[in-house]
Amino acid sequence: MKRTALFEQHVDAGARIVPFGGFEMPVQYAGILKEHDAVRHRAGLFDLSHMGQFWMTGDMVARWADTLTINAVGTMKPQQARYNIFCNEGGGAHDDTIFYRLEKGWLLVVNAANADKMWKLLNDRRPPHGVELENRHGARALIAIQGPQAAAMLQPHVNVDLAALRYYFCAEGLLENVPVVLARTGYTGEDGFELFLDGADAPMVWNALLRAHAGEGLEPCGLGARDVLRLEAGMPLYGHELTESITPVQAGLKWALKLDKPEFTGKEALEDQLALDHYSRIVGVVMEGRVPAREGYSVWFDGRIAGSIRSGSIAPSVENKNIATALVAPEASAVGTALEVEIRGKKHAAAVVGLPFYKRQK
Amino acid sequence: MSSVQDLLFSKDHEWVRVDGDSATIGITDYAQNALGDIVYVELPKVGATIAQFANIGVIESVKAVSDLFTPISGEVVEVNGALESDPAAVNREPYGAGWLLKIRPSTPDETKSLLSPAEYEKIATE
Repeated sequence: MKRTALFEQHVDAGARIVPFGGFEMPVQYAGILKEHDAVRHRAGLFDLSHMGQFWMTGDMVARWADTLTINAVGTMKPQQARYNIFCNEGGGAHDDTIFYRLEKGWLLVVNAANADKMWKLLNDRRPPHGVELENRHGARALIAIQGPQAAAMLQPHVNVDLAALRYYFCAEGLLENVPVVLARTGYTGEDGFELFLDGADAPMVWNALLRAHAGEGLEPCGLGARDVLRLEAGMPLYGHELTESITPVQAGLKWALKLDKPEFTGKEALEDQLALDHYSRIVGVVMEGRVPAREGYSVWFDGRIAGSIRSGSIAPSVENKNIATALVAPEASAVGTALEVEIRGKKHAAAVVGLPFYKRQK
Repeated sequence: MSSVQDLLFSKDHEWVRVDGDSATIGITDYAQNALGDIVYVELPKVGATIAQFANIGVIESVKAVSDLFTPISGEVVEVNGALESDPAAVNREPYGAGWLLKIRPSTPDETKSLLSPAEYEKIATE
């Protein structure tokens, strides 16, 4: 089991540590609901150094990456970030990722659990010339600061004008006088930043941010809070709403699918799936009662099983209701459809709702 | 918070306070802390007969579903209805407002197989 550069910080803060994606990661510090509240109303600090960071250089990177992904890479502007998905031939997802176009190359951030698979895939598919790959997984750190106060808290520590940094853009600069890539990206449904830096610098930066802003409500947050936040915001989590067999089309990510690209792995399968329009799909589900829906529970519609729950949680930002995602048959997928979720042998009323469950006020 | 000195404990981290022909049951402070934020409690129905150490319900935190066991046998006479709207009371006051159910014990001898506060403390701090 690997540890991130911030492992000591987590243990010192009394975090509960769990294995995740091959790393010992903090699942919670003060408590999932308290941390959730900090991110929605103030700001939270996350260690995401378990995620894979690959550095790609060469004049062929964009053209090559466009053949492996469903979204466009070649049209990205300098300093832009873009969500993208690598699919298999059947259209299922190898991984969902973010590309960052930097001054001298491309940063690709992949899910921790998929990092080895993705590293192998990239190397297997690498063209003979024009693409160099460097695996920085574990050596580089990733700290996220997320929440309505994130920009105000981070600004005094960086030499970049954060007001000028737009959503899904990034900048290279200094954070506490050490080199950093700052991106206005995140996975919580709030404004915020992701900070890519050298692992050796991460503890100093983590401590400096917490020391300066704990009094204003900046809380260290674990993966437990992150999962609730992303679910409320309707963001897919690999292994739940996207898998090698659940395609981006099924996951409701058609917006990221650029069928005008000449060819890419999985394109034909995804086109066929769209044309046939008879696929089970990810929907938002709200439980009527107090019983939480959990991954794997059967979902019933019209007297038969129509699918299953993929993620579920209580949702403090959705009137404390129990929310979930489910993969259901098309006839059970329309917003407003009455469903039942089978929990410990009993059926509980639920309804299909539009995603996301939560959208921040801008 | 009520004193734990008059409680008996199970190895499954439940407590029981026996008071004549009534016994109150809950989960320990150690258990609530290990579970994290509790969001739902499912308890047996009033009138149900439950057997010592049997699974009598579930307690759910944000992240997980855990089984609930009874430290002694008896008939359920009351469940804590306030937990329906405020399950977090189990986190705040596991030995007080966060109690789970009251039963009429059927086998008084069973308490001999339970742990004293000092014995439980050893398990919980291991």
